[in-house]
Amino acid sequence: MDKSPMEAEATIYLLCGKDNKVYLLKLQKGNTSWDISSFNLGFEPRFIFSARKSSKLCSANPNLPMSIFEYNGSAVVAMVGKNCFAIASDRRLGVQLQTIATDFQRISKIHDRVFIGLSGLATDVQTLYQRLVFRHKLYQLREERDMKPETFASLVSAILYEKRFGPYLCQPVIAGLGEDDKPFICTMDSIGAKELAKDFVVSGTASESLYGACEAMYKPDMEAEELFETISQALLSSVDRDCLSGWGGHVYVVTPTEIKERILKGRMD
Amino acid sequence: MKLDTSGFETSMPTIGFGSSNDMLDGFSTVPSFDLPRTTDFDGFQKEAVQMVKPAKGTTTLAFIFKEGVMVAADSRASMGGYISSQSVKKIIEINPYMLGTMAGGAADCQFWHRNLGIKGPGLYYVDNEGGRLKGDRFSVGSGSPYAYGVLDSGYKFDMSVEEASELARRSIYHATFRDGASGGVASVYHVGPNGWTKLSGDDVGELHYHYYPVPPAIAEQVMEEAAAE
Repeated sequence: MDKSPMEAEATIYLLCGKDNKVYLLKLQKGNTSWDISSFNLGFEPRFIFSARKSSKLCSANPNLPMSIFEYNGSAVVAMVGKNCFAIASDRRLGVQLQTIATDFQRISKIHDRVFIGLSGLATDVQTLYQRLVFRHKLYQLREERDMKPETFASLVSAILYEKRFGPYLCQPVIAGLGEDDKPFICTMDSIGAKELAKDFVVSGTASESLYGACEAMYKPDMEAEELFETISQALLSSVDRDCLSGWGGHVYVVTPTEIKERILKGRMD
Repeated sequence: MKLDTSGFETSMPTIGFGSSNDMLDGFSTVPSFDLPRTTDFDGFQKEAVQMVKPAKGTTTLAFIFKEGVMVAADSRASMGGYISSQSVKKIIEINPYMLGTMAGGAADCQFWHRNLGIKGPGLYYVDNEGGRLKGDRFSVGSGSPYAYGVLDSGYKFDMSVEEASELARRSIYHATFRDGASGGVASVYHVGPNGWTKLSGDDVGELHYHYYPVPPAIAEQVMEEAAAE
């Protein structure tokens, strides 16, 4: 996926036809002619890009209307340490530029070893959270155990994809401790495409700044205390460059033996 | 195509308008300007205004009181949701007796310098559409509704410089708290009989905890034992 067309094994284009067909054009490496295949959908095909990608275009241009993902403003980040993980979010709930509350909860505990942070539209954050808690409780009753982080991520992904054409307008960040205390983090777009990472994951209106801050500050195999310091600094410096998130921070550091929860004081503008 | 202003009242001589005289090269003609080459003039004008519109993500205020005029502003510049600067100088020092705020634009402020004599405290709101209002207190920008709330509830004409500067600072602070597009530093200037002086420039990040100190108990960490495996 990272390869440029020049060095790739094959170049592939997917095209929408007016004749209710989707066309696949493939140029194999070393070949000079295109291999064309198509399949009939029965309706006019349209590519629907993940809303996360298109939302980024809106924030860069002040003349375009704000994306619905940016309506309330948010910043969520998770990081992996040595046998531990940290997950952090901002505390603002806004309506576009107006700050409504500065004690909003975006991170929730599913059980002692799995946490989920939901960025995006606050109403969907709360609804999705309630559905996830419900589904996890059913699982606990049936299986008499807690979900593994990987299983929980698949559950979130499946619940999101159920609403493929009218999605929950959130981007989840899932962090957990798996078997033999192996940390697990992952993020998703609003329709449940999982994105696993070994180091850190980010989401929300401050995600661009968070990528930069995490890229610069993250080190592998940090202990819990250093991890807390790193994730807090990354979060606070990122939200200071975002109009729509900030107003304090909320950090959880989870080790096999304890959960540390801290409220961060941040700039209140 | 040029705008024809020959029908307007003018004190200027009107030689050569209409028949284009290249020798005169625009001199001595009626003041006029080029019109855009477009079929949709309204649409063009709307876009042009959008382009030169002063930054909305801001809070500035000024009010007249017993001791002169108090002027205050935040210092944030934003592009959409991104904060491009936290240290913009929005109060322009025009001359020792005059200040302008960025919401009016530097050119307007200089224009007023040429057109006003010094005759006691003066406060004007000028906008890009040509509006000009004289008043005793104004606030401009996306944070102005919040600033007005504090300003109107605390305003009296009989205030000392200290009371007035605190009112100005607090108004800006509350605007930066509620408005995502305002923030940075709250600067306060006073214009008195001997010209203007800068009274304060407080980082809002610290000002919040000055106004609303957090009790240490809440800031402390909350420990929670994980359930037994």
